[in-house]
Amino acid sequence: MTHLSAELVEKCKKVVELYPSKRSALIPLCHIAQGQNGWLTPEAIEDVASLVGVSPAEVRGTASFYDMFHLEPVGKHVIAMCTNIACMLAGAYELLEHAQEKLGVSPGGTTTDKEFTLEESECLAGCDKAPCIQVNHRFFGPMDNASFDTLLADLKSGKLADVVPPHGVLIRIDREHKRKVNYEAIDAERVEIDAAIKERKLKLEAANNATVGKDS
Amino acid sequence: MTEKLTNEETVTFTLNGEEKTAVKGELIIEACEKNGEFIPRFCYHPRMKPVGMCRMCLVEVSSPRGPSLQPSCYVEIQNGMEVNTQSDPVKKAQDGVLEYLLLNHPLDCPVCDKGGECPLQDQTLSYGPGESRFIEEKRHFLKPLKISSLVELDRERCIQCGRCIRFAKEISGEAEIDFAGRGEDTEVAIFPGKEFDSYFSLNTVQICPVGALTAVPYRFKSRPWDLEQIESTCQFCAVQCKLSVQSSQNEILRTLGIDSDAVNQSWLCDRGRFGFEAIYSSNRVNSPKIKKDGEFIDVSWPEAVEEVARALSVAKIANGPDSIGFIGGARLNNEGAYAFSKLAKGVIGTDNVDAQLSDGIDPNLIFGLRRATINDLDQAEIVVTLCGDLREELPVLFLRLRTLVANEALLLAEFSIGETPLSQYAAFRRSLVPGKVQNLLEELKDSFLSSFGRDDFEQKDGGIVFVVGNPGIGIDGLEIEHSIRALAKSFPNAKFLPALRRGNIFGALDMGLSPGLLPGRVTLKSHGSFFGDKWVCVPEKVGKNTKEMLQSVIDGTMDTLILLGSDPISDFPDKNLVLKAFEKAKNIICVESIMNESTKYAQVILPASMDHERAGTVTNLEGRVTHAGDKVTASGASFDDWVIASLISAELGDDLGFNSREDIGSEICSFAPAYRSTEKYFISGNDFGDGVVVPIAQVPVSIRARKSDPIEVPGLSSIERQGSPIRSGNSLPSSVAKVGSESQISFDNSMFDLNSTVSYKLLEEKRESSFYLVLEKSLYDNGTLLRESKSFENSARESYFKLNPVLLAELGVNEGDMITVSKESVKVKGRVVADSLVSVAVVVASWNQNSADSRELISLDNVNIVEVER
Repeated sequence: MTHLSAELVEKCKKVVELYPSKRSALIPLCHIAQGQNGWLTPEAIEDVASLVGVSPAEVRGTASFYDMFHLEPVGKHVIAMCTNIACMLAGAYELLEHAQEKLGVSPGGTTTDKEFTLEESECLAGCDKAPCIQVNHRFFGPMDNASFDTLLADLKSGKLADVVPPHGVLIRIDREHKRKVNYEAIDAERVEIDAAIKERKLKLEAANNATVGKDS
Repeated sequence: MTEKLTNEETVTFTLNGEEKTAVKGELIIEACEKNGEFIPRFCYHPRMKPVGMCRMCLVEVSSPRGPSLQPSCYVEIQNGMEVNTQSDPVKKAQDGVLEYLLLNHPLDCPVCDKGGECPLQDQTLSYGPGESRFIEEKRHFLKPLKISSLVELDRERCIQCGRCIRFAKEISGEAEIDFAGRGEDTEVAIFPGKEFDSYFSLNTVQICPVGALTAVPYRFKSRPWDLEQIESTCQFCAVQCKLSVQSSQNEILRTLGIDSDAVNQSWLCDRGRFGFEAIYSSNRVNSPKIKKDGEFIDVSWPEAVEEVARALSVAKIANGPDSIGFIGGARLNNEGAYAFSKLAKGVIGTDNVDAQLSDGIDPNLIFGLRRATINDLDQAEIVVTLCGDLREELPVLFLRLRTLVANEALLLAEFSIGETPLSQYAAFRRSLVPGKVQNLLEELKDSFLSSFGRDDFEQKDGGIVFVVGNPGIGIDGLEIEHSIRALAKSFPNAKFLPALRRGNIFGALDMGLSPGLLPGRVTLKSHGSFFGDKWVCVPEKVGKNTKEMLQSVIDGTMDTLILLGSDPISDFPDKNLVLKAFEKAKNIICVESIMNESTKYAQVILPASMDHERAGTVTNLEGRVTHAGDKVTASGASFDDWVIASLISAELGDDLGFNSREDIGSEICSFAPAYRSTEKYFISGNDFGDGVVVPIAQVPVSIRARKSDPIEVPGLSSIERQGSPIRSGNSLPSSVAKVGSESQISFDNSMFDLNSTVSYKLLEEKRESSFYLVLEKSLYDNGTLLRESKSFENSARESYFKLNPVLLAELGVNEGDMITVSKESVKVKGRVVADSLVSVAVVVASWNQNSADSRELISLDNVNIVEVER
């Protein structure tokens, strides 16, 4: 009898088969296991250990190395708030302070209603959206105090259930999960940006030509 | 010198400007060490794979871009390499690494157990910067963290060298500990709720280069500079690991494994390491005792010996010498075993002597086999195990075999009752069923060996090594012996490693403590008049084994039993037979160290000294004779076994002629053919090294040097290189053991005819609904020596039954439920353990564990067929 659901165990076995050596599947399996409870329970670790043929201590050792694995219970939504330079300049610390006040927890803590876990994180590679945050590994930004409050309310009410899956679900691992990236919107934006770049280039060229003319 | 013997390729390199040679493939750290240049290190261990984690061993090595710093434990020496271990960059690197390691390491050396023998302390003094620039707060952890009942972890002191983790993963194969966390939060951790549950856990304490891992039994007991030590041999199982016994104020406090290449390669099992605690048992027999009106009263030695001699004389006169029997002898050293053998066979004249308790193999078979050494496993291409679970029975032999198999150095074929830790590596395995052993072994040749399509490993000397022992009580010993004989005939070039488990059982058998045998592997039939000329008498006909002796006591043809450090009530398979015999026996005389179940039936108890209290030699499963020293004085009025035998003999009117144990040694060497030319191993104060395998081979044997980890066994080798000796007077091991070269063998194993067929009773077939019962032994049980050791008194588990999961489903029980196993009217309850490798025809029961005793179900006369119910 495993702690992981039979369905997940099946999925794990398929992933294990993808690798020449069983233990290579350790990290993907930890993600799958984390998908069940939102965090890696000791029982889940033992299941993963037996699936990849290593000891539970080794699985825990590996999982404890990575920030994306949680070895303690977390809330339904794990909010990671970037405080690296781009976000910091855009007011990340002020936002973090606001979030702490709003949620009543400090970084690393979980609200008493088990709804939110707040984390301070390193760069999330979302500097264009600074200050940027991640909720269950989905990006939101740029954020300010007001939009943060709205986001909390929306998450709590379940309005964003489509966009933000339960904590632990990773698209890269969970390939069957519905794709949430709006490629059409990205393409439209890209056309717009391309046009703007082209226009700017033309302007620059024209200006250059004008200067050259003056000198001679 | 060893390298020359084995013809290895050498390379030339420059060490600090001087030209030196090294063996090709060696690591720089090894090459420099052999050339007299010690490179400081923490994570490198000669018996484990290098990882280059601690960076302490950085040296300058020439490269196309000029000299560069490289970890010497990770780079192989090359021809023409220029190595500099003294340059300024090296010194700066060492300063830096040590300053860095000490950032978080507490400077609590005055209260740390490791202080005084600490590689970090020593190497900081020798190579460190002298002061630290770090003024911030060091990291703090809860301390100590108990990671098992024997090991405590102080994470503040840990320098993350990973030695313990690598030992658990690489050597013992039980990775119950691993690093957790990252960066400055890295710690060695167990899985929460799970103990570091390993028979080998205390090796991590020995190899820890700081005081992070400490052994609970030794914690805060002593400072290293107060310890005196001798090199000795562990006598808990027949592997007989070399160890250093360390004591303070005449009390043994700990033992450390010594790197004997041929035997234990520096490892010990936990039981061997702290099993000496039984010496300090409150049930120790401290003076001779005689039973009067049902109570034991302390008497003087002359009184007790007179009583014993009187009982023996009366028995001999009334019913002849054959009415006297000796049971046991594996606890004795060779000197004690020889003295008792001479007393029984050469003075009293009885051949009813058996060191085995009807759970071993006939010594006539063992002596006839081509015996392998443990190192022969390294050379073997295929190892076949036909024995019990080696981790439970011969733990350090298991380590050697597991490491070889896990590294794919050989192929393993396993014949076992159920799953063992080696099963996962086995290329071929069959689950044994009583009555079918021979058929299963035939499959070895037909379906496994034939699949290779080549037979050169069959031609090669020792290409196949069979590890043979009794796989479990309940399989007829004769059936196993029959199969071993068949193997020996069909594989004439194979070698055999007998896997009997009791301490000095091979010494006892070699000294003749077995029916039909005389000292030196000679049979009663084949010695001619050799022993008759030298001893007062020699028995004429072959005597009885333990089982037959007990039966004779019950039917009245024997009435006197002498128990030589054996406790048949808790150690003989058929407990009821023993109880019946003991009720009936007229005299039971115990030569014993600790009161046990069997001593309750004794008329006289003679106190014998224990391991580490008596000096002498012991013989292991290879036939290796090594020295086992005396570190502390014997408790109370205890005497060495040979003294007790001499006293009894003198009282009977025949002096054995021994004034010292060296006398016995020289008599063994001149009388016992297999022990010719081994005199020097029997003399005190000699440099024994790793001992010698008897009979001494005529061809020179290449002996590999000890590969000691110089920072691990302080006082034995590290101190030579790292500072002044802790205390003079320690016996230091030599790097190369000496082997007598001029010796000749007059021992001839052809007297043990392997072709003699043994008929074994074919088993009555079990019915459809019943099962064959087989008992398996565990390392930790309720045996006297374990129960009386403080660290292991609670180590026995609850009794269990192992069944195939298919049967569990049929019975409708889950793992952990209680089931009842019954045979006629006897019912025994135990917890169910699922084992998919146990045959569906077999139920495996535990041996001598807590609560129910499965031995109630065993009878050596009958086939052991049992029923199972919920």
